[in-house]
Amino acid sequence: MALDAKIPQGEMSEKWNYYKGHVKLVNPANKRKLEVIVVGTGLAGASAAASLGEMGYKVKAFCFQDSPRRAHSIAAQGGINAAKNYQNDGDSVFRLFYDTVKGGDYRAREGNVYRLAEVSASIIDQCVAQGVPFAREYGGLLSNRSFGGTQVQRTFYAAGQTGQQLLLGAYSALERQVALGTVKMYSRHEMLDVVMIDGKARGIIARDLVTGELERHFGHAVLLCTGGYGNVFYLSTNAMGSNVTAAWKAHKKGAYFGNPCFTQIHPTCIPVSGDHQSKLTLMSESLRNDGRIWVPKKKDDNRKAVDIPEEERDYYLERRYPAFGNLVPRDVASRAAKERCDEGYGVGTTKMAVYLDFKDAIIRYGKTEAGKTGNENADSATILELGKKVVAEKYGNLFEMYEKITGENPYETPMRIYPAVHYTMGGLWVDYELQTTIPGLYSLGEANFSDHGANRLGASALMQGLADGYFVIPYTLGNYLADEIRTASIPTNHPAFEQAEKEVSDRINRLMNIKGSQSVESMHKRLGKIMWDKCGMARNEQGLKTAIEEIKQLKEEFWRDVKIPGDINEFNPELDKAGRVADFIELGLLMCMDALNKNESCGGHFREESQTEDGEAKRDDENFSYVAAWEMKGDNAWELHKEPLSFEIVKPSQRSYK
Amino acid sequence: MEHYNMNLTLKVWRQKNGKSNGSFESYQVKDISSEMSFLELFDVLNEQLIRDGKDPIAFDHDCREGICGACSMYINGQAHGPWQKNTTCQLHMRAFKDGDTIVVEPWRSKAFPVIKDLVVDRTAFDRIIQAGGYISVNTGNAQDANALPIDKKDADAAFDAAACIGCGACVATCKNGSAMLFVSAKISQLSMLPQGQPERETRALNMVAQMDKEGFGNCTNTYACEAECPKGISVANIARMNREFLRAGMNSED
Repeated sequence: MALDAKIPQGEMSEKWNYYKGHVKLVNPANKRKLEVIVVGTGLAGASAAASLGEMGYKVKAFCFQDSPRRAHSIAAQGGINAAKNYQNDGDSVFRLFYDTVKGGDYRAREGNVYRLAEVSASIIDQCVAQGVPFAREYGGLLSNRSFGGTQVQRTFYAAGQTGQQLLLGAYSALERQVALGTVKMYSRHEMLDVVMIDGKARGIIARDLVTGELERHFGHAVLLCTGGYGNVFYLSTNAMGSNVTAAWKAHKKGAYFGNPCFTQIHPTCIPVSGDHQSKLTLMSESLRNDGRIWVPKKKDDNRKAVDIPEEERDYYLERRYPAFGNLVPRDVASRAAKERCDEGYGVGTTKMAVYLDFKDAIIRYGKTEAGKTGNENADSATILELGKKVVAEKYGNLFEMYEKITGENPYETPMRIYPAVHYTMGGLWVDYELQTTIPGLYSLGEANFSDHGANRLGASALMQGLADGYFVIPYTLGNYLADEIRTASIPTNHPAFEQAEKEVSDRINRLMNIKGSQSVESMHKRLGKIMWDKCGMARNEQGLKTAIEEIKQLKEEFWRDVKIPGDINEFNPELDKAGRVADFIELGLLMCMDALNKNESCGGHFREESQTEDGEAKRDDENFSYVAAWEMKGDNAWELHKEPLSFEIVKPSQRSYK
Repeated sequence: MEHYNMNLTLKVWRQKNGKSNGSFESYQVKDISSEMSFLELFDVLNEQLIRDGKDPIAFDHDCREGICGACSMYINGQAHGPWQKNTTCQLHMRAFKDGDTIVVEPWRSKAFPVIKDLVVDRTAFDRIIQAGGYISVNTGNAQDANALPIDKKDADAAFDAAACIGCGACVATCKNGSAMLFVSAKISQLSMLPQGQPERETRALNMVAQMDKEGFGNCTNTYACEAECPKGISVANIARMNREFLRAGMNSED
């Protein structure tokens, strides 16, 4: 099948307008008869379900958590980008578009990214109207800050809880529709298959996680808004429940998977403390606005951070990238930290950490504050005290979180940080309309592959999730459903539903009957270690080939020896997890194959064979300027399809942040 | 930070489902690192139970960074355990010492029925939000965000109320099983913002009515909710909610 991205005609800046002006519409009387299934209730899912409900569609929304308000979008800290140019610093839709394409290392579609930048401003308007309490200046207007990979201040935020506030906004819009009866909410439900009738997605099989019962749900269209798959690495900043299962079921039914190996490793996370570690915690990128990253100039320096004098510190990002300094994009910052630690300059007990130091910022802010009151000759204790107050206002909750986890006070001693898996740019392949290769099956937010190329810029995930849900799918879904107005609801005793349910049930029974000796958790950890060691921050041919063999072996072992306690028809989190890990194992294999195929470095994907003399990532546009869309062809087998990328506006060049 | 290992006795509430009676069971765990989180302690215990062919302990958890509000353990008589302004997932084992006995129960409240072990049903909170915890603005209806300046003081106060994570610790810790801290936080957030004015009165009336219908208790001003709230939501919100409710009642045309 040839991949058609369906990019509308016309100038880049006119494509979305042209699309909106020519798209098919569904009249209100018909909308009431059309049913839409939305799986996942994070920013993308909640905003889509709410918007579609408002428009008059009959919506069913599903989440595995006990409430839609708990989706992992809630944990996003730093902010959301929008091309408002409220700071008068030269921002524009074009700049945001340009930064995103460049930041993504020229592996995203220009048309999609332009639209994202275009609708970004409306997101802020919508959220403010919903009562989202963004940070404000004393004059009452919205405040902005800067984020990595950009030179303007376009990030809107609510302290370090921006994701929470945006999600609660979308959640409240969703609950309003639930109250109005346009959306029916199914919490503690997990989607376990897509039901296909005549080549179209027509519903899902879901499992009630409390009773264990399987349910059939019809929909004229199905939207997967199920987030990313970073937990394939076991340790990541994702929530414990975040998984690939819904997307993977769709993949197995024929939806292509785009750029699976593109993983974002976030540079500033709290380091691993031991084998018991169950997840990693991010310290927002916004901290790099004020924190300076350094390691000792001397290898294996065991002195405390505060005892190392200024001249013996290596501020390696400022040294290597003077133009962007500590605000280089995430992939660049992560690799630089790994490089220093691998060379033996790491700090802390494990030596796998670098310092993020706020001392200079505290002094700088303290002096400014003292100056405001005319106290030009304030003593250093006063300056520190005033400065800490400013820093607390900006990042207080992050500093508290750091202290709770590590027991160290970051106002007094630098934070220790290390990169961790955070986001996956890869995902289900979608066209401009967010439709997968299965008609009637859509994918929104982090679950799709579309807008971030090989590296996502900070504060762009929230933007994309809400853009897809509030401002894109309401238009593009109508274009499909307009042709479905004559399709009556299909009863769920249709053979396709019976067959899909039977397959799901058989698989669950098979898992439960293995009765082996190894826990799901222990096998997930093993998968994570293979992925992190061989398909993590740096990848090479030999490692990837080994990983592929190891994962195949692990898969065989899992289906022979996994041990799942409890029963099927009860609340059984171990069974839920087993199904997810089984899917992660298959995904891990595909990620390694994709990484092996991409014999170039770009964005978060760093192939050791492809680097410049000074160790920077080296792209190979001639051979790899395409989206790798993988079609599953059976057990451990895939076929690669290529969607060529062409760049009309942002001409690819070697990214430089020097 | 110096770390150490400890051996502990855990007394955990076990309940097969909502219909059966529950009881405490005791477990011994060894070599627990002070650097572990409290939920990682449960991971270790569950791995041990699975290995021994026993049923692992069910507990709600997701983000493990103190923001999703899923985790909900009542530890040694305190919602989310001994640390102030903290969730269970952010509680770390350095809060305990070698030889300690730790008692862990689910949230206990009529409106939060137990599903299994430490997992309770908190959908009552969603239904309260459905009753009015929103601003009725359809997608696409918004004006430019900066067309409506909001006093920083009000915006900050609204944010403080909006920081609620909906975990239900306030209900669990209240001797009356009252949800007033949760409900008042949402009513406060929206009543302090200009966007929230058109529905201000119906919101207060409807959310309070739904709260009562769900079977939550009343407030007798012990302030236990504020003391145990992981996000430090102030009881001043409850006073504000009472004013909002009274105001709405007096203005009501019914």
